[in-house]
Amino acid sequence: MTDISAQPMPSQSAAASIMVGSKGMKKRHAAEARFKAYGVVAIVFSLGVLAFMLFTIFSDGISAFRQAQLTFPVTIDAAVVDPTGTRDRDTMAKVTTFSYAKVLNNSIVAALLAKGIPQEKVSDKELGEMVSKSAPAQVRNMVLADPSLVGETVTISVFANGRIDGYFKGRVTRDTASRDSNVSPAQLDLADTLRDAGILSLGWNSRFLTNSDSSDLRPETAGLGVAILGSLYLMFLVLVICVPIGVAASIYLEEFAPKNRWTDIIEVNISNLAAVPSIVFGILGLALFINFAGLPQSSAMVGALVISLMTLPTIIIASRSSIRAVPPSIRDAALGVGASKMQTVFHHVLPLAAPGILTGTILGLASALGETAPLLLIGMVAFVDNYPGAPIAGFFDPATALPVQVYSWASRSDPAFLERSSGAIIVLLVFLVIMNVTAIILRRKFERRW
Amino acid sequence: MVPVRLFVTDPNLSSQALHMTVLLLVAIVVAIAVAAFLVGRQRALTMASGNVRQLHSLPNYYGWHAALMASIPALILLVGWLVVQPFVLESRTLAFLPEAVTSDPVARKLTMADVRRVAGGLDVAVRAGALTEQQASMIRTELTDVRSRLASVGVALGSAVSSETLRAAQFYRAAALSGSTLRNVLTLIVAVGGLGYAFWATKPAFRARNRVEAFVKGLLIASASIAILTTVGIVWSMVAESLNFFWQYPAADFFFGLTWNPQFRGGSELGFLPLLWGTLYISFVSMIVAVPLGLFTAIYLAEYASPKVRAWVKPLIEVIAGIPTVVFGLFALVTVGPMLRDYFAQPLGLGNSGSSVMTAGLVIGILNIPFISSLADDIINAVPQAMRDGSYGLGATKSETVKQVILPAALPGIMGAVILAASRAIGETMIVTMGAGAAAKLSLNPFEAMTTMTVKIVGQLTGDTDFAAPETLVAFALGITLFVITLGLNVLALIIVRKYREQYE
Repeated sequence: MTDISAQPMPSQSAAASIMVGSKGMKKRHAAEARFKAYGVVAIVFSLGVLAFMLFTIFSDGISAFRQAQLTFPVTIDAAVVDPTGTRDRDTMAKVTTFSYAKVLNNSIVAALLAKGIPQEKVSDKELGEMVSKSAPAQVRNMVLADPSLVGETVTISVFANGRIDGYFKGRVTRDTASRDSNVSPAQLDLADTLRDAGILSLGWNSRFLTNSDSSDLRPETAGLGVAILGSLYLMFLVLVICVPIGVAASIYLEEFAPKNRWTDIIEVNISNLAAVPSIVFGILGLALFINFAGLPQSSAMVGALVISLMTLPTIIIASRSSIRAVPPSIRDAALGVGASKMQTVFHHVLPLAAPGILTGTILGLASALGETAPLLLIGMVAFVDNYPGAPIAGFFDPATALPVQVYSWASRSDPAFLERSSGAIIVLLVFLVIMNVTAIILRRKFERRW
Repeated sequence: MVPVRLFVTDPNLSSQALHMTVLLLVAIVVAIAVAAFLVGRQRALTMASGNVRQLHSLPNYYGWHAALMASIPALILLVGWLVVQPFVLESRTLAFLPEAVTSDPVARKLTMADVRRVAGGLDVAVRAGALTEQQASMIRTELTDVRSRLASVGVALGSAVSSETLRAAQFYRAAALSGSTLRNVLTLIVAVGGLGYAFWATKPAFRARNRVEAFVKGLLIASASIAILTTVGIVWSMVAESLNFFWQYPAADFFFGLTWNPQFRGGSELGFLPLLWGTLYISFVSMIVAVPLGLFTAIYLAEYASPKVRAWVKPLIEVIAGIPTVVFGLFALVTVGPMLRDYFAQPLGLGNSGSSVMTAGLVIGILNIPFISSLADDIINAVPQAMRDGSYGLGATKSETVKQVILPAALPGIMGAVILAASRAIGETMIVTMGAGAAAKLSLNPFEAMTTMTVKIVGQLTGDTDFAAPETLVAFALGITLFVITLGLNVLALIIVRKYREQYE
């Protein structure tokens, strides 16, 4: 105290009233305002970046749901697709997509002629290249499914080539086209004309959600079907593996575990596992489940096992807190009327804790759904263009998952895949929003204060 | 570590058939268990002549006891058999192979794979009708061209089959078949035996509930122990392969090497320091972003925000934490990287790379804001109101209170949160894979592409990998280093929080 009184206070020596603001006060208030402003700036910046990120992803990705399609009458030339004239499916199956490409090419040239659209500088071959490389296979499958179409003229919608599609989405310009060997500015001019003539249109593309992945040459047909199915398989398996184990572990730790070393070790392990980088779990999965146990690579089962181990701590922590929230009076009452400890837990405590466990589980699954790194290591990033089979055998088939698909499309060179990558994120975020909203609704509905 | 196959994964092998018989067996055991439940329950009731009060436990517990007795030992036997049989088969099959093959581990592995493939091929051939069962076990390479016979039913073999391999395969097939048959018979005997035991043991005084509850408790303990098994699994999987790596590549060169240059033809330089530098540099940049933003967010939310603002802003900030990291990765790749390059790096002449330390660090920093802010928020809220009131009473403003009273009191907790965030930044994978680049460099320029341990783990372990080459195994050494670093940071955070935490009444 002595050293304080020893120092004369210069601002107070002016002997003003405390009602009058001094210079020092002003400074302190300014500092106060600045400090508060830092907080506002931090929050505005964080939320601003979040909004900006979501905005860029939506503006890039929403176009993946729209796709340039060409609709024109196709004359299925019997001489080409059924040279023997037997209309027999097996002999017709010997005709390759190459011949169907010719059919399509002839048809689109004819369609332009019929509408009186001049081809300008675009050769017949280049005109055919404006159609997606997937179109011949599409027509072939259609004809093989229904051989009576042979010789008929049917109006068919096929995808336009990815570059033409990119032109309408602003990805390809005349400037880039002049340097691109896959598309020429003349083709783009013609595409404009075709759009005016109603042959080319930009429409809702449901095949983005159902098709499987496709090669670098045909980004227009790449879809999320396999990835969505793979993610559903993953979520189902994680649920089946994780929930029983997680709930059982939390029951033990909350209700039965004696205070001893073993329990301590378990507790420390759980909290440490929650902080282990996800990639380490990927290494574990690779070494343990694939190299040691010999489970098939890239399968949903291995992915689910790895993600289950990762999600387990989250689910255990959530379940424990909701078991802890059940008041001791419930347990006392049950024990008092003669229930065993086990009966008390399973008949009374667990049902009361169930809503909280459910909410925690959904939130844990939501974070598991977005997990990518460990799945890369167990091979789910591989190119998969076949759907995994039906459960249970399908759990062991190669599959991929939504976040992994985002990554693998983002690493392709063609910018058309970037649009699809953002589109995949939109789908992923829709799933996440649904799960989180469900959890919030459940919590609101069942939340119980004791 | 020699990979061991518990499950038959070769498509040529009759894996479907194997799974089906095992599944069928499990289904039969389950059916026996259901029957046992009914039998046990009925038996208890009969013994008590219908008077439930004479029983020690409720009738259902007798049923459960019988069901457990019928199923659990049988299933344990089945699983044990499935694990052990491949080992036994392999060691007995090796007797048919020449000494030169069995003494060399790599050749042994390859030959055993061949043997399995041929055995599977014979199975397929028998099922397709190309061979009779007798032919399959009798054919000799001297007499028939096995490769073309198998090719005719769609089983492709890489090379011609030697007579030893064929002999071994025929033995393997026969032994696998008899092994499986024995397994099925024994499993069923144990299941029925269990039922019989339960039937014999069921008396009114029998404490069925205690038995069942003890079993359930065992299950609970086992579930809780999975956390320990996971840690053991992580350590074991990485230590084994890392040791394998350090046999082939000197540890000193790994830990102190300044160049990272893997060559898949051998002669690689696998120096760890450039990766460590990239990792630390990126984490440092991310902490510079995350710590101030996270802390100020937490302080504002805890001290200044009205309850209404708090109720809206806090969940919104936490939305950032709920977004998958691959989304941030794409954001770094497509938006942040090019922006930094066009507006900062190129005008300043610092390089023209979209992926850079700055890109990855900035985005990881943003990802970590909610992590720091929600931890710090909890810690600030835990500082007792009396301390604030005391400070206000002495005439301090809010910001002075925060700076001179609350932050010092909350400092250990906040340090803990910051260390945890650093550990997350070091272990982050997707953002650096997509945003930091792949070039291992020791450079100070934050606008240059650098790489991290996690990027290289992904890089060395995806695609075609050869688990004998140091270029692949190095990923495990990186993995265990990463594990040790993050674990160390977590423990450090825990110690700081425990040791310096202020105790308030």
